[in-house]
Amino acid sequence: MEARSLPVSGFSSREDREVIGALIRRSANEILRVPGAAIPGVLAPTIFFLGLSAVFGNLTQLPGFTTDTYQNFIIPVSLMQGAGFTGAATGVNMARDIEQGWFDRLLASPAPRPVLLAGLVLSASLRALVPAIVLLSVGFAIGVDWPGLDGLIVALLLVMGMGTSAALWGASIALKFKSQSAAPLMQAGMFTLILTTTAYAPLELLKGWLHTVAEYNPMTQVIEAARQGFVTGGVTWGETWPGLLCLAGLIALFAWWALRGMTRFADS
Amino acid sequence: MIQRLLLNLRVVGSLGARSVKQTFRRPQLMAPIIVFPTLLLAIQTSGAGSAIGLEGFPQVNGFLDFMLAGAMVQSTLLAGNSGGIALAVDIEMGFTDRLLAAPISRFAMVLGRLAGTAVLGAATACWFLAIGLIFGVQIEEGVPGALLMILFVSLSAIAFGAIGAAVALRTGTASVVQGLFPLVFVILFLSSAFFPADLILEPAGSVAEYNPLSFVVDGIRDPTISVLTAEVFWKAVGAIVLILGIGIGFSALALRHRLRTGG
Repeated sequence: MEARSLPVSGFSSREDREVIGALIRRSANEILRVPGAAIPGVLAPTIFFLGLSAVFGNLTQLPGFTTDTYQNFIIPVSLMQGAGFTGAATGVNMARDIEQGWFDRLLASPAPRPVLLAGLVLSASLRALVPAIVLLSVGFAIGVDWPGLDGLIVALLLVMGMGTSAALWGASIALKFKSQSAAPLMQAGMFTLILTTTAYAPLELLKGWLHTVAEYNPMTQVIEAARQGFVTGGVTWGETWPGLLCLAGLIALFAWWALRGMTRFADS
Repeated sequence: MIQRLLLNLRVVGSLGARSVKQTFRRPQLMAPIIVFPTLLLAIQTSGAGSAIGLEGFPQVNGFLDFMLAGAMVQSTLLAGNSGGIALAVDIEMGFTDRLLAAPISRFAMVLGRLAGTAVLGAATACWFLAIGLIFGVQIEEGVPGALLMILFVSLSAIAFGAIGAAVALRTGTASVVQGLFPLVFVILFLSSAFFPADLILEPAGSVAEYNPLSFVVDGIRDPTISVLTAEVFWKAVGAIVLILGIGIGFSALALRHRLRTGG
């Protein structure tokens, strides 16, 4: 790969695609070489899915619930949690790279910063599919309804977007604190964003502050878009586009923050 | 004899204080004990609060009254896990070896860590009681009930801490103890921590009915939502003694194994 004198934006050139590909392959290698590292991201949302389905399963008896099986209602939340944890793990890995000096070497390379960031976070969108596949397999095994092919595609697209968004959030935190000790903040941020929505019950059944927060939390639209196939068995564009738009907004916001962090990190 | 006892008590006190300071200084140890249970309490109380309208749900003033004990037990379980992680880190970094070379009782080392976990348990109980009182929880048994809740939470912190210490002493690896983190949630979901056992779907409902953790939770919860009966009290005490006995027993075996094999 030829070195370039000035970083340029855009992912169109061959070199940029090679850098992104190399960073994605590095991330994939981590899954193959340290498979145990992927376990928490898979295990935690699966346990939450099974646990919440059993514990709060009788909530569907309440008037206002849109489904009669709680598994259908909660599985999109668990899918997003899996993507959130996997994305946050990308932030933890980045913090480790910063601590060990590897990230300094990346920044010293002629690759443009947006390309480096894209390589780091796009891998998270693929890694997010690992917990999603496990969760869906467990879900279908215990009686989650088939969401239809279009419902499944929409849900998986949103999972990949959520993985990217969480990775950008994790990267922003890693660049700010430059330490793996900030890992709880990365996870708590995603945990809060996902659960302060219509995660447990439909909006009209939420009480107090959560009702207001869920109404304005953009993640509510993402959860609802992922949920539609499981709950109604079909997908409509009207239920889908708000989720895609909100996710795009989150990705843009966190990407801006992460890029600003990279600039500050390089200047410091 | 008395001098030796006093010396060991000083060791337990010093190691306990070190353990508490360590937790407050490391966000990765503090977050699971306070931040996550508080977040989950706030979200679940508002998210699933309509559950009190379900047929068969105990009479409560609000869902927070019911959930408070679950949050406390979740916090103590995670405190026990965090204590185990910190002990394993001490083993990995050689701090435990230095203690073993010192003229102090081996059990004082473990008890020191557990004393720290008990203090953290009491602190989290006070934290959740304060949150509950601020947001309108009425403790039916009044001040004695609140004190009993703090006592039960502290004792269960020691019991769960003993299990964490046993795993740390046996494996000597922080990542293995950290791997127990998801197990904590399995145990919690299979108990009455978040919902009445008879309203949990089967087969989890049946497991929750006989899970010792449910007895501990009910012992902490009853002073808040009703009058604590002797049956619930003794079941809670029995469950704590059982878990503590298992933890201490396995810790002793693990420590002996570590001393015999050197790792």
